Amino acid sequence: MEITGMTAATMSNTEVPVSSLDERIKFFQNEPQSALATQEYFVNMGPQHPSTHGVLRLVLKMDGETVREIIPVLGYVHRGMEKKAEYIGYRQQVHLTDRLDYLCALMNNWVMADAVERAMKIELNDRILTLRTIFAELQRIQSHQLWWGVFGMDLGAFTPFLYGFRDREKITAIFEDTMGARLTMNYIQPGGLMYDIHPEFPRKVKDFLKYFKPILNEYDELFTGNVIVHQRLKGIGILDGKTAISVGASGPVLRASGVSYDLRKSDPYGVYSKTQFEVPVGTTGDCWDRYIVRMQEMRESIRIVEQLIDNIPEGPTMVMKFGAKIRIPEGIYYNQMETARGILGVMLVADGTEKPYRLHFRTPNFNNLWSVISMAKGLRLADLVAILSSVDIVVPDIDR
Amino acid sequence: MNRTELLSTVLSLSTEFSPREKTDRPAVLAPVQGLTDLMLKLRDHSELSFDMLTVATAIDWIKEGKIELVYILISSTFKHSLQVGALLDREKPVAPSLSSVWAIAEWQEREIFDLFGVRYLNHPDLRRLLLEDDWNGHPLRKDYVDDFMLERPWR
Repeated sequence: MEITGMTAATMSNTEVPVSSLDERIKFFQNEPQSALATQEYFVNMGPQHPSTHGVLRLVLKMDGETVREIIPVLGYVHRGMEKKAEYIGYRQQVHLTDRLDYLCALMNNWVMADAVERAMKIELNDRILTLRTIFAELQRIQSHQLWWGVFGMDLGAFTPFLYGFRDREKITAIFEDTMGARLTMNYIQPGGLMYDIHPEFPRKVKDFLKYFKPILNEYDELFTGNVIVHQRLKGIGILDGKTAISVGASGPVLRASGVSYDLRKSDPYGVYSKTQFEVPVGTTGDCWDRYIVRMQEMRESIRIVEQLIDNIPEGPTMVMKFGAKIRIPEGIYYNQMETARGILGVMLVADGTEKPYRLHFRTPNFNNLWSVISMAKGLRLADLVAILSSVDIVVPDIDR
Repeated sequence: MNRTELLSTVLSLSTEFSPREKTDRPAVLAPVQGLTDLMLKLRDHSELSFDMLTVATAIDWIKEGKIELVYILISSTFKHSLQVGALLDREKPVAPSLSSVWAIAEWQEREIFDLFGVRYLNHPDLRRLLLEDDWNGHPLRKDYVDDFMLERPWR
C-alpha cells in the first residue's frame, strides 16, 4: 500500500531544510578544548523516570551535575487524538478528552461539551452550571492534592505522598458515588450531565470540606515550614512574567510569575461570576511561588464549593434529547477554560455534518513544559526535578 | 474594546488584512509574505497588545487546495482575542517562522510541520515534534492513509 499525504517527491520541492534528533544532539556536542577541560556528556532522563510524571524523555547535556542544554523528546504517548476526532462524532469525542490530562478529566469534558453547546447556542439551566462548577472545583482540589504528594516525593520526602493520596481518595470516592468511575468519568456531556447526582452528594462534600480544612494546615506544618523545602525551592527556577507570557504559560505557572490571568475571573463561565474568590498571585516566579500559589488555590476552591453546595438549584440535568444527533453549523469555534494546570482550549472547525472537520486541543502542559526548558538551564539536575514537579507536568496532555 | 471596534482597529493597521467570515470571534486573513511584520504590529500596538499566541495550528482545505494557518492571539492586559489566518498552497506550503515574535511558536510550528508538512523559513530547529524523524507523510492531511487507521478507504 502506498502512503500518501505529501509524497517524497513533493517534499524535495521545498528547499527548507529539516533537522533530526541526532543532528540536534550533534549540534550541542563540542570537543573538549584541552586535556584539563571537563568533558560534557549527554544523559537521557526518561522516558521511564519517576520524576517525569509519565513518558517524557529529556536529553540533557550535562557538565558534571549542571544542566547545560535540554532537548525534550515528545510523542511517546501520542495517540493521534486530533486525527481520531475527524472520524468520530462530537458526543464520542467527549469521552476521549478524559485521556488528555487524566487528573482534570471533568474539566476536559466540560471544555469539549461547552464548545459544542456554544456552537449550537444551547442554553443550560442553573442546576447544570452549578453542579459543573462544583465538580470542577472538587477536581481542582483533587489534582492539587496529588501534585502536593508527588511534589514531596520528588524532593525526597515520602510522607506527603501518603498524605496526599489518603485525602485524594476521599474526593475520588465522592466522584465514584455519582459517576461510577474514579479517574476517567465521562460525566459532563453536551447538553448537561450524564445522570443526576447521588442523593448523599451534598452531605458527603460538606463532610469532606470539614475534614480537609484542618488537614491543609497539617500539610503546612509538615511540609511548607520545613527548612529543607525552603532551601530546595526558594530562588530556584525563576520565570519572569514577560517570558511566561511569551511562551504562553498559563495557570499557576503564569500566576506565580506575577501575572493575574485567570479565565474564571477575566472571562467567567459556569457560575463563577456569582461566587466570591481570590486569584492567588506570586511575585518572583520561582518554585516556591508556584508551590504557595497552588496551596492557596486549594483554599480558594474550598471557598467556592462552600458557597455553592448549600443551594444547588432544582431542575433537569440534561436539556438535550438523549441520543439526539449533534450537527454544528459551518465555522471555526474556539473555547477555553481554566483547568488545574492552565488554559485548555478546543478549536472546532465544523462543516455542518455530525463529525468535526478538524479539532485542535490547545493544552496547558505543552506551553508549560517549554517554560521548564527556559528555567532549568544552568541549574543542577536535582533542581530540574524540582522545577518539573513545581510546574506539574502531565505528559498525555502534551502528546495528545 | 468591543468586537467591531477591535476588528476595525486591526483592519486600519494594514491594508493587507482582510476580514474572515464564519468565526465566533473577530478574525482576519493575512498574506503569507510579511506575516512576521504584521504579527509584530499586532503584538506591539498599544491598544491591541496581543502578547500571547494561544493557538497556532492549521486546517487542510483539500477541496480548495489550500492549507490555512490559524493563529489565535490573546492580550493578557485587555483580555480580548483575535484570529489571524493565512492561506498557503497545499502542494508547496512554506511560511515564515514566528518564533522571533513569540517564543512558543517554535514548538507550535514544529507540530504543524510534523502533522501538516508546512515548512518554516528561518526556523531555529525545524524537525518533527510528536512523531519519529523517519515517519512517512504528515498525518493530519486529509489524504493521508496508513495501515492503522480507523477507516480504511482503500479496502
